[in-house]
Amino acid sequence: MFHVFFRLEDSLKAFEIMDHTADIGIRAFGNTEAEVFQNAAIGMFSLIAELENVQEISESSIEVEAEDFETLLVAWLNELLYLYDSNDLLLKRFELLELGETSLRGIAYGEPMDAKRHKLKTDIKAATYHMLKLRKKNGGLQAEVIFDV
Amino acid sequence: MSESAAGGPVESEPGRLVEVDPWCWEIPKSGEMRVPGRVFADREFIEHAQNEEALDQVRNVACLPGIEMASLAMPDIHWGYGFAIGGVAAFRIDDGIISPGGVGYDIACGVRLIRTGLSVPEVLGTAPDLVHELSRSIPAGVGRHGKVRLNNRELDQLMVRGVPWAVSRGYGWQADIDAIEDGGVLDGADPGVVSVRARERGFAQSGTLGAGNHFVEVQRVDRIFDQAAADAFGIFKDQLCIMVHSGSRGLGHQVCTEFVKIMGGAAARAGINLPDRQLACAPISSREGRDYYAAMACAANFARTNRQVMTHLVRQSFEYIFKSSAESLGLDLVYDVSHNVAKFEEHEVGGEKKQLCVHRKGATRSFPAGHPDIPLKYRAVGQPVIVPGDMGTASYLLKGTETAMERSFGSTCHGAGRVMGRRAARKLIRGSELRKRLESQGITIRAVSTSGLAEEAPEAYKDVDKVVDVCQNAGLSHKVARLRPLGVVKG
Repeated sequence: MFHVFFRLEDSLKAFEIMDHTADIGIRAFGNTEAEVFQNAAIGMFSLIAELENVQEISESSIEVEAEDFETLLVAWLNELLYLYDSNDLLLKRFELLELGETSLRGIAYGEPMDAKRHKLKTDIKAATYHMLKLRKKNGGLQAEVIFDV
Repeated sequence: MSESAAGGPVESEPGRLVEVDPWCWEIPKSGEMRVPGRVFADREFIEHAQNEEALDQVRNVACLPGIEMASLAMPDIHWGYGFAIGGVAAFRIDDGIISPGGVGYDIACGVRLIRTGLSVPEVLGTAPDLVHELSRSIPAGVGRHGKVRLNNRELDQLMVRGVPWAVSRGYGWQADIDAIEDGGVLDGADPGVVSVRARERGFAQSGTLGAGNHFVEVQRVDRIFDQAAADAFGIFKDQLCIMVHSGSRGLGHQVCTEFVKIMGGAAARAGINLPDRQLACAPISSREGRDYYAAMACAANFARTNRQVMTHLVRQSFEYIFKSSAESLGLDLVYDVSHNVAKFEEHEVGGEKKQLCVHRKGATRSFPAGHPDIPLKYRAVGQPVIVPGDMGTASYLLKGTETAMERSFGSTCHGAGRVMGRRAARKLIRGSELRKRLESQGITIRAVSTSGLAEEAPEAYKDVDKVVDVCQNAGLSHKVARLRPLGVVKG
């Protein structure tokens, strides 16, 4: 489970949880844009379920477009939520094949949820634009997203 | 209520917040605000709203085009995304906007109350079995599938025709239709504007509870405040009742997600300056505005049908436990309200009758006696308003008032309102201990997720008794009965 939260090579946190009165948010970190997008996705699925038992059996291709880079992050997370909710997929690993200013292509790996094996935590309805932040910080990048739960 | 009403500001900066009366606070117009903000709250609630910056959200909504009278908030106000939870805003049809963020992701999330002819002291011993059976028959929790299997054509019919369609398919009784806001079907639904993705999220989820704050509760009527209204609603002391709280599930979430994205661009094209991206909106008369309304109506009909299918499952559970028909057990629907929705309604503003698009995000319609939109059987009394509380305390049945029409576009509160974040609640309260504590109070708990249970602990909410009292003092609704939980089924 340790690797979900920390990257051992430089002990930089992948993400942290932000509390909000009705909802919940994550602050994701990364050295590159792609890493922030990946860590935000891992953070989001860590809110939905314990990811350690989730296997990488299924592979989903993702293509997303948005108006700008910040809203692209929200669109990416919402596309993953659509995959989760329509196919009951728990996703745990993410690859960004292309990441532009207003579009991306990627792959998400995971498996269909199984109530017997997977510990499910919180349902997430959507990633919101509320207080959305994506900025450079301490030599790396940081993103903040609030979810409706 | 007038802008010149006397009262001292509670903030050091003069003019920012004015006490209209002990139950109403005004945020005077300033900057980009087109109308004042007005929050129905006592001193404790207004201070809480100030501390978590929910009042900034009331101000932001006051900046949107075509807003009428004031940007309002109910006593259960808390910080949301874009619009505050507990917010009410009405927009003129000709120059106003419609906003998916003013409705929320869980479109037509709401509550229904089902009464029985059973008195709790007579059936108390069966309550745990009943709760267990309800938890077995109603799919709950993260991503659970329902028992209703729909194809694309059936989903279209469900979205257009709502509860009457479900009843025609055997999910419920003819009399149920009359006891639902809008007769269980919001007009103007067009499945043509509901995306494939929204359908894919909806197909499997009809008749499922979901997770979060949604629940099915077995309740006991513990107090009657208004005997005449209780009689009209078929409610008596110690009566066993069932309350269902759920929404439009993935279908509604996807509709909102897509239209917030679409309307971000639409607002910019219409020259609307958004103080917060989550306030994305479009002119009511624009293509995007009309499409959103048509899609939202589909999701609203999905939500009402969802609660209808669960009502059918509740009736089946009662028949199994009591070995008697649901009809003979008196399992009638009292009423069904939606507390996240935008609707076209007629309201009188400044002596003039106007058609307005009323957004209620975490607020309940509260129409007075005599209003044509209330079922005939309740018209002499007022609209039943159902306010779910939290697990350990109580829920309320209220009735709508004339004052609500004057002060809040016929609206009142929708629940207790959170005061604590989910993570904070989980840190403070262990789900297993909470379960023990509630069970020691005689409340049976069936929850799919223990941590989810902790997130919904009574401590995480405002005192629902106080919220309902503030609404009563402000004149927005009147208390009819209080119900206390005997058993809770949660996701």
